[in-house]
Formats: sequence, C-alpha cells, structure tokens
Amino acid sequence: MADKNYIYAVARIRAHELGLLSGAVLDQLLSAPDEETAVKLLQEKGWGTGDAGADTVNVDAMLTRETEKTWELIKELVDDESVFNVFLYEKDYHNLKAAIKETCTAGEHPGIYREGGTVDVQLMKDAIEAREFDRLPGHMAAVAKEATDTLLKTRDGQLCDVIVDKAALSAIYEASKQSGSELLALYGELTVATADIKIAVRGQKTGKTREFLSEALAPCESVSVDRLAEAASGSAEAIYAYLESTGYGEAVEELKLSPAAFERWCDNRMIRAIKPQLYQSFGIGPLAAYILARENEIKTVRIILSGKRNGFPDEFIRGRVREMYV
Amino acid sequence: MASTGLFWALMGASFAGLFAGMGSALGVGKAGQAAAGVVTEDPSKFSKVLILQLLPGTQGIYGLLIAFITLSQIGVLGGGASDMSLAKGLLYFAACLPIAFVGLVSGNEQGKAAVSAIGLASKKPDQFGKSMIFPAMVETYAILALLISILAVFGVAGINI
Repeated sequence: MADKNYIYAVARIRAHELGLLSGAVLDQLLSAPDEETAVKLLQEKGWGTGDAGADTVNVDAMLTRETEKTWELIKELVDDESVFNVFLYEKDYHNLKAAIKETCTAGEHPGIYREGGTVDVQLMKDAIEAREFDRLPGHMAAVAKEATDTLLKTRDGQLCDVIVDKAALSAIYEASKQSGSELLALYGELTVATADIKIAVRGQKTGKTREFLSEALAPCESVSVDRLAEAASGSAEAIYAYLESTGYGEAVEELKLSPAAFERWCDNRMIRAIKPQLYQSFGIGPLAAYILARENEIKTVRIILSGKRNGFPDEFIRGRVREMYV
Repeated sequence: MASTGLFWALMGASFAGLFAGMGSALGVGKAGQAAAGVVTEDPSKFSKVLILQLLPGTQGIYGLLIAFITLSQIGVLGGGASDMSLAKGLLYFAACLPIAFVGLVSGNEQGKAAVSAIGLASKKPDQFGKSMIFPAMVETYAILALLISILAVFGVAGINI
C-alpha cells in the first residue's frame, strides 16, 4: 500500500494544503477580540458547515465537521484507507475503555464515545457485553478480555486504563512499522516515545513503583522502557538525565516548565518531522502529513477558541498555540 | 547473412521507437495523474498543467525520428531494402541505442520532475515559468542522445562494410 505512488492524490493534497491555516491566520485568530469574531474568521476560511450567515455557531460541531472533511477527502483519494488506521487507533482504544467501563458499571453514559474510529461503537459494546471478544479486531480482542476481567476482578479502573492504553500504543507502533511508510513509522515512534515520557513523568509525580511503570510503558526504539521506568521510579532529575541521553533532550526544559509546555513540544516536534513532506510528490507521506497537519490545526483552533471563550489573556493562549505545517 | 544484417538494423529502429516511446508513455502518464489531480481541485489551471504534462512526450518523438531515419537509410521505408552485412546491421543497431535507452530513462524521470513541477504550479501559479525549467533540464540528455543517434545513423550509412 505504502509503495504506491499516489500521484493523483498528492496533487490534490497539494491544492488542499493551500487551505491550511498558516501562522499569520493564527495571529489573526489570536488578535480577535472574542470567540465570535474568531469563529467568523474561520468561517471566512471555509471552516464549518458553510452556513456563514448563522447567528450562533456550535464550535464543537464546526471542529467535528472539519475532522470529517479531512477523512472524507482521504477516503475519496485512496482506494483503501486502512493504511491510515494508525491515526484512528487512539479513538478505538478510547472507545474500548469506555465500553468496558460502561459494561462493568451497568449503565448508559451517552457522550463518552468518540466517533470516527475503525471499529463500530455499537459492535464494540455488544462484543464486550456478550463477552464475545473475537468479534473485535485481532489486535484488540485479547486486551479487551484482559482489561474486562481485570476491571471485574479488581474494580481498579486505573489498572484497566493502563492495560488498554499500553495496548493502544503497541497497536499504533506495530501498525506504523508495518505500513512500509517512513513517515508513518516516524509517527508511531514519536507517538509511543512521547506517550512513554508522559507516563513516566506522571508516574514519578504520583509515586508509582518501577514494576507498575514497566507494565505501563510501551516499547519503542528511541526510548528504553527499562531505563525510563528505572529513572521514573526515582526522581524527576533522573528522568531528565535519562532523556538527555536520548533524542528527546530538548523536552527536558519543557517538562520543567509545565505539562502543557511538553504537550506543545510534542506536537511541534511532530509537525517539524512531517514538514519535508511538503516537498514530496510521491507516496503516502504527503497524505499522512496532511491528516496530521489538519489534526494539529483543529487542535490549535480548539485551544484558541476555548481560551477566548474563557477570557484568558492572549499571551497565555499564544503559549499553547502549536506550530503550523504551512 | 545479409538478411541478418537487415534484421539487426530493423531491430535498432524498433528499439528506438519502442523504448523511447515507453519512456514518454510512463512520463506523460505520471504527469497526467498529477495534472488530473490539480484540475479536479482547480479547473482554471488546465492549460498550465497540460503544458507540463506534455514535456515528457518528446522522447517518444525523438525515438520515432531515429526509427524513421534508420528505416529510410536501410530502405525498409519506401521499398528497395538492400542487402546488408551483419556488421553494418549491428552498427545501425548500436546507433539507435542511445535514444532508445536514454529516451526510456529520461522520459520516466522527466515525468517525475513534471509531477513535482505540477505540484509547484498548483501551489504557486505565478511560478509557472520556473516550474517548467526543472523538468526541461532532463530534456537536455534526451537531446544529447538524439544527437548521437542521428550522427551515428548517418555515419553508418557512409561506411562500406
């Protein structure tokens, strides 16, 4: 799949890249006096449902629509979009956690599921309720059973989360490596490594044991699970010292600042990693980069609009704004 | 032996038309996919991307030219094909190889350059002139091969072996 040239698709993506938000547009959004003005600016850029004359705009619906537009385009461009499932596993495993907890707590909790995954939410709920785990995709069946059994036996929601989250990271990692695409492999590596760092930092702050951390961290090439777990079972300085010896030394300063600064660094690092795809004319890389760029700009717009809604100062919001792909 | 010489000369002409044509077909095909992608999003760019798509088409024309000259020289075109030694037939064959192989490779590679140029013209239409230069550079090598093949084919005609 990843070996195909995707010439037609990349040419269309090149045209769509012109519609991506640039740093200048983000400055305009940040300069907007309120959320309403910022939303109007976005509507002028073609965001939302196209009903620019509407008096009130549901921001969540607008952002959801933007995500849908991206995937509608990708589905139009490629015969088999399964190579991009790696971007959707996060939603699938979130839904898996939600379905397991809903089943084990015997109640309906609308709004806890995320749309747009690769597995139908109802199928997932039915499979877990009926304990027919084989109905789930192969990479999910065993972990669904393990997490459900663990939650039923221990009633420990965190343990259930750890099992599913690690499986999600492993699924992303495996799928990205098997894709045959250098960019998707890089995405998998960065996703797992940065997630491991977050887990280690949180684990250190909450005093988790080395054994717990070893169970929670997912293996990848650029970070040693053993050394990170060892460091995280000690002090924050031990984590920083270990990270300095890896390719994530730059993250240390951000980690010292705040978790939000580290999140921003992770997203910016991903965007910098995909930027060379702007100059690639062949292969799946530019398509994957476009999906990531769109996710990044939707996330950034959400941060700006949320900041405006809550009346945060511009500088505070600016500190959380991500770098753009174009 | 005389008919074997003619066979090799004819094989040279076929190679010139066949491989150079294949190169152009590959190049124009790739560029065409990119052009279609751009026109899907913005039909007003049709004329610009069409020019870029056609750039890799020249190798096929060069191959045709060499094949045509060779066929004329050996008398297959217009009748009166004369007896030819194996050595002379092989010389014609060798003379056709530059445009055959350079045409194949340069046509394909020029197609790739044209795809990228179409991407450039799509994002920055004001840079259309510059975007043409990059794939056009590949043409240089097809022209050099064409020149060698022409000189060689005419040169072989004057050799008495």
